[in-house]
This record gives sequence, C-alpha cells and structure tokens, in this order.
Amino acid sequence: MTDKYLQLVNAGPTRNVAKKLGLPRPAPLRRYATGDPLVTKPVLVLGDSAESDAVSTSLLSWDVEVHRHALADEQLSAIVVLLDELSHPDQLAGHVLEAGAALRDLAPGGQVVTISRPGTDGDAPAVAAARQGVEGFLRSLAHELRAGSTANGIQLADGVPPSSVGAQGALRFLLSGRSAFVDGQFLLVGDETGAIPADWHHPLAGRVAVVTGAARGIGAEIARTLTRDGAKVVAVDVPAAGQALAAVANEVHGTALQLDITRDDAGEQILRHCVDRHGRLDIVVHNAGITRDKLLANMDADRWNSVIGVNISAQLKINEVLLGSEYFTDSPRIVSLASTSGIAGNRGQTNYAASKAGVIGMTRATAPLIAEHGGTINAVAPGFIETEMTARIPFATREVARRLNSLQQGGLPVDVAEAIAFLAAPQAGGINGQFLRVCGQNLVGA
Amino acid sequence: MSSETRAVIVGGNRTPFARAGKHYAEASNQDLLTAAIDGLVARYGLQGQRIGEVAAGAVLKHSRDFNLTREAVLGSALSAETPAYDLQQACATGLETVAGLANKIKLGQIESGIAGGVDSASDAPIAVSEGLRAVLLKLSRARSTKDKLGALSALRPQHLAPSAPNTAEPRTGLSMGEHQAITTAEWGISRAAQDELAAASHHNLAAAYDAGFFDDLVTPYLGLARDANLRADTSIEKLAKLQPVFGTGLSTPATMTAGNSTPLSDGASTVLLGSEEWATRNGLPILAHFVDSEAAAVDFVHGKDGLLMAPAFAVPRLLARNKLSFADFDFFEIHEAFAGTVLASLAAWESEEFCSTRLGLDKALGPIDRSKLNVNGSSLAAGHPFAATGGRIVASLAKLLRQTGKRRGLISVCAAGGQGVTAIVEAA
Repeated sequence: MTDKYLQLVNAGPTRNVAKKLGLPRPAPLRRYATGDPLVTKPVLVLGDSAESDAVSTSLLSWDVEVHRHALADEQLSAIVVLLDELSHPDQLAGHVLEAGAALRDLAPGGQVVTISRPGTDGDAPAVAAARQGVEGFLRSLAHELRAGSTANGIQLADGVPPSSVGAQGALRFLLSGRSAFVDGQFLLVGDETGAIPADWHHPLAGRVAVVTGAARGIGAEIARTLTRDGAKVVAVDVPAAGQALAAVANEVHGTALQLDITRDDAGEQILRHCVDRHGRLDIVVHNAGITRDKLLANMDADRWNSVIGVNISAQLKINEVLLGSEYFTDSPRIVSLASTSGIAGNRGQTNYAASKAGVIGMTRATAPLIAEHGGTINAVAPGFIETEMTARIPFATREVARRLNSLQQGGLPVDVAEAIAFLAAPQAGGINGQFLRVCGQNLVGA
Repeated sequence: MSSETRAVIVGGNRTPFARAGKHYAEASNQDLLTAAIDGLVARYGLQGQRIGEVAAGAVLKHSRDFNLTREAVLGSALSAETPAYDLQQACATGLETVAGLANKIKLGQIESGIAGGVDSASDAPIAVSEGLRAVLLKLSRARSTKDKLGALSALRPQHLAPSAPNTAEPRTGLSMGEHQAITTAEWGISRAAQDELAAASHHNLAAAYDAGFFDDLVTPYLGLARDANLRADTSIEKLAKLQPVFGTGLSTPATMTAGNSTPLSDGASTVLLGSEEWATRNGLPILAHFVDSEAAAVDFVHGKDGLLMAPAFAVPRLLARNKLSFADFDFFEIHEAFAGTVLASLAAWESEEFCSTRLGLDKALGPIDRSKLNVNGSSLAAGHPFAATGGRIVASLAKLLRQTGKRRGLISVCAAGGQGVTAIVEAA
C-alpha cells in the first residue's frame, strides 16, 4: 500500500535524478495529529469587507498570526480571499491578482481558501457570473499549486456571515492537516446552525458514533479518527468479519456489533445497542459498501442487487428508523460514503455507480428531514485511496490512477476519515445535504 | 437457593468450533482462549477493565499451559489486573467454571466474572513413552559426560514412539464411545432414534445461524465463521448410510456412527457473569440468571452405571432442591456427547424402575417434551471442544430465554470419569 514513487522522488539520490528529469514530484502531505497547531506560519487575509475582519478575528482567536497585506519574503501558511461581496466579474481582478502575487510566499503544504457566495436562481446575471466565476478560478488555481498545497472554497448562502459557526468550522478544517487530500472543492454552508466545540482537538467528546463496515480499511480508520476526536464508537460489520471487527473495537475501546446491515431490523438493532449500552446515538457513518464489478452486458441480478442492497437500500432503511426515533434528535449527524465513480461513472461499475450516485441523491433529499432535529446528513466521495482494495489494481493502472490528480498521489484512508469526522462534528452544523470529494482534485468526475 | 445477590448472565462469546486438524490446526489452547476473551471484550466494551475473576480450563493441556487462563487474560484486552485460575472437570469444565464464578458472585466475593473453556484436539499434548521419560530424567540428573552417555545408552527405538492422546478411560481402557455403546445397548436405544436426534441437531443449528441467532454469540476466528462440523443438508437417510464405529464387538447390533457421535474438535467459549448491580451500572444486558447447579458421579468402573450417565442422577437432585419438575422447564440443553447419551438419559428418567430403584423417587421423572430439547442444535452439529461446551450452552440458553420471553432452562453435561454437571438458568 506504500507509494514507492513518492518516496523515491522525495528522498535520497533518486530525488536529484527526478528533479533533473523534470518528473512529477508529489509532495508528502501535511496531516493532522491531535494537538497540532492549526498552522505554523502567518495567514494572509485578503478582502476589504467588514466580513474579512470577522475572519481575521476568528483566526486570531485560534492563535494564528494574521497579515492583511503580504510582506516581502515572508512565508505564509495560507491565503484566505474574501469574495463574498462580489456583484460583477470585473471585481474579481483586485483580490485574485493580489492573491496571485502572494502565491510564491506560500509554504509547502499551504492552503488557499476563498470565501464566496453560491450562485442562486434569483441572482442578477452579473452577480451570478461573478459568483460562478469564483468556482472556475478556484478550481484552476488548485491545479496550479505545487508542493502539496491545496485550494478550496467556502460558499456561504445568502445571509450566512463568515463569522457563523459553519463558516468557522469549514475554514478551520480547510486550513488544518485534516483536509490534506481535499483539493479544488467547495463547502457550502447553508445556515447558521451548529456549535463551536468546547475543545477543538476533541470536537466529538461525549458523542456516540456508529461506523458500519468498520472491520477494515477506511471503516477501521474512521473508527480510529472518530475515537481520536473524542467519540465512543460502535463498530459494525458483518458477522463473518467479526475477528477483525473485534480487534478494531478493542483498539478504539468501543463495542463490536456483528450485524448484516441488510437485515430488516438492522436499524432497530443499531439503535438498541447504542441506547442500551452507551445511553445515546449521535453519529452514524454509513461506510459499509461492496463492489461486484462487471460490464452491464454480463451483469446478473445477484451482482446488481447485492451492491444496491448493501450500498444504498440498507442505508435508506436504517435512516428511516433513525429519523423516526426519539433517541436520534440531539443534533444528529449522518455521513455516507459516496464515490467519484458515482459522479463520473466508471466502466464496469454500473451497479456500483448507481448505488453511489444514489447515496448523493439520498443525502440531498434527507437533509430537510434531519434538519428538523438540528442535524445534518452529508456524503464524502473518495477518489483514489491507498487501500487493500486499490492495492489489487494492476501496477500500471494503479500508477496512472494515483498520478491523475492535482496532488499526484493517492489519498490515505485517514484523509477520508478526517472529512467524515469533520462533517460529524458540531462545527459543521451549517453543512447539510452536500457531498465533499476527497480526491486530491482528481481529473475524473469534475 | 435464596440469597440477596443473584448471578446474572450478561452474554457470551465463542469461536466457531472447528474439526480437529483443520482450521485451527496451528492455534494453541492459549490462542483460542485469548481470541474468545477478546471477542467478548469487544462485544461488551470491557477493554482495560478489571474483571473480578476469570475461570477457564482445558481438558487436553500441555505442561507449558500450567497457568493457561491467566496467560490468556494477559494476552487479551482486559486489564492485566484481572485475576484468573484454571479448572478441569473433563467435559464439564466449562459449566463448572460458570457455576463456581456464579457462586462467588452470589456470595458477594466478586462483582463480575468471565467463565470459559477451551480445547484443541489438534494441538493436543503428546506425551513421550515411559521408557523415554525415564531416560530423559536420568540424563537431566547426570553430571559427567560418562554418566550422560550411560543414560543415553539405555535408549531403545521403541522408546521413541509417542504416547498419543486418546479418549480411553484410564481405569477401563475403553474409549468413551465404547463405554457409551454399552449404555446405548443396555437402554435399547435404536439406530433410527439416534440418527433422528443427530439430524435435528444439524437442522436446528443451521436454522439458528441463518436467523442470526449466533451474531452476538460467536466471533469468527482464523477465517472460520460457522461451526465447521455443521451439515445443514444432512438427513436421516444420509446418516443411516454410515457404518457403525462403536460397539461393533458387542453382542447387540452396533448403532453408533460418526454421524451420531461428536467428532474431536477445537474451540473456545466464554460467558460474562456479574451481579445485577454491576451489569446495570455498566450498561450491560442481563439475559438470564444462573440459579443453581448440581454435580454427580457414577461408578462406571465396576459397571454399575454407564460412564456418561451421571447427569441422570444430578438432575433429580437439582430438581428436588429447587422444588421443580420437568414441567417447569421451557428448554432443555442436554449435551450431545453421543445421540445415545441423550436418549439413554431420557429413557432413564422415563423409567419407573430406574427412577424408583436408582434415584429413590416415588415415580418416574417423566418424559421431556422433545420440541424443547436442544432447539438451536447442540454438540452433534456444533462440535465438542471438551471444556468449551459448557460456555457454549450457557450463553446460548440465556440468549434463547431472553429472545423467546420464556422462563426456565435446564442444562445437563456429562463428563469423562463418570461425572456430570447440571444447572438451572432462569429468565431475568
């Protein structure tokens, strides 16, 4: 599962060879560990609205050194560009070009974050052009950045100020090592719900989380990450995976629940286990998923139905039980695993892509239902992640898949887990019904 | 038994049972027992906790396993401050550990306990011959090279043949199967009746797995997720085709086959026990109470009773002490050492003569409603790693009571050496 190429071009004598040959040199990404400072160098905040002061205030309260103008020869951890008051594309130039001039000061592994408004149906044409223009700008900029730096945007629905909980949560996530493999993406903060955690390093303290498919791979990493952030984890997987599941549960000091999530009473069993044993249920991560790849011409009903059954139908049934329960009402969170296959499509994966696109649709439609309880539901769509599954892809295909994104490397399971932990946290309250790609800005699937 | 504190069964965990020499061929007793404990810890979130006491044991035990249970605890996710001890009562080991810990809980000596048992017929200890042992001991005492060579010179090729483990009774030289064959014949148990019981065991166990009954009782181990001995598609007709393997030298027709006898198997089981207060405080379920237990032994050496007939004597004593009759029970878990064992016990309890002359009762204990017997399968289908059987039965019965809302279950386990342990479990 190790990326040998990444090691070769970044260390030892092969590093210089790679440099001379002009080979792509993917950078080791800056990843988060509990207690890490948010950033280590100053953050440049560009923008002249009153809102840019609010952003600066947030950053200062997080012990970040804030600059409002670039200083010569000073490295920056991040550049935050306030574009929330744009009303015409002509206004882009000032901020964008100022950010461009500061790019050469951006430290390796740095971030560019835009804060803007999403285009909506009621916008005047010029406003819509300006707002949508930010998306094209940001995504192109993300392609230009090097040395493990990323560019992402926060979109604030009209009326939601940059000082809102959701905006602060999104900004902190994007500036931290938690978002290492998130690149070229926008987080839409739709309203002002949510809460600032008492402890930014343990935002899930006191919360009880269920993770399905937790016996291995990304699921096991989600269990570890949620635990690290303070949650008590109930690890769920099929009975046949019980030995690995028990090991994960014991590692994270949670409980193991051997359960086939396609059983009719799966939702009730999950709910009963959590409430009886841990007194509550706050977070459900629908991670369990299977692939049964085959060209559609060769697809039999078993392959199709098993993938649909596990990847989406089971989630729908479990969600129905959860949303009808009095126990799942204290700012609940659901996070589902989608996939870039569900967005772009993938040869041989009609069933899988249908199920994962289904997850995105389900997420959007469930959002208003869970919002009644102050809750959110979101999806995370991983791109190429280094797992046991992708390790089985033939070497050449795997190498191409790895380099096909702006960071020129595969993500790690922890990158997916970090995005999920963020969306499950109280500070992500304003983000609902969305999907977030964790793909290093993979060229596939826009 | 009246006492303030009751011993509750919180739940259990076991490995799937394997056939000897197959899936767990490379696993030791300690590996298996550790896995069973770790699965229990994961199911109930006991990581790092100090449990009052862990009691377990094995029948086939290496000399290196002198502190088997404590070593398994040390290798598990439990707190290293959890004390443990080993116990051995042949096939009744597992049930006796439950009874012992339950009694300590009732007395208030401990608040929580894990009872268990493990056996690996695959990893059985092989003893060296008496001749080789004498040579080796003499060699270890020898100081000079001359003495050492002298000791070794006594070695003969036949000394190297290992003394393989077997299930023969030391006092009779007869294997357990041969003993049971005598009993089976004495009680006139037919081949058809034995095959019928065996087929029901497989069908019941398979149905329980399919219904998810074992989802929270069994944790897979080394790639095995269900009991390897289970044959869901077996039938009375298929079983009828097997050649008899025990009792072929008797004057009566031999009726015991590999199909209606339990195979040698590997596996481990555990049961989590506690006081009601402890379970509630820790947010743990209470499946049932462990009410009482009774052991018995018979003089099989002089042929007075069959080797595996001790439970026939333990059950009436247990019932009398608790003022209960068969009619008061909703489930019966009679360990299927052999189908003949179960049927001979039932026949004994139905026999006016046996019950009056041997048990000293006024009348027969009576028949058992067969629809209440081993309803989720038993040893014939699951396998029988000797010391692991009690834990399997106690946890399964406790869950069954909870699931069905029924009241009371009776457990009967026979054991080598002419012993037997029986117990009553009641719904919480």
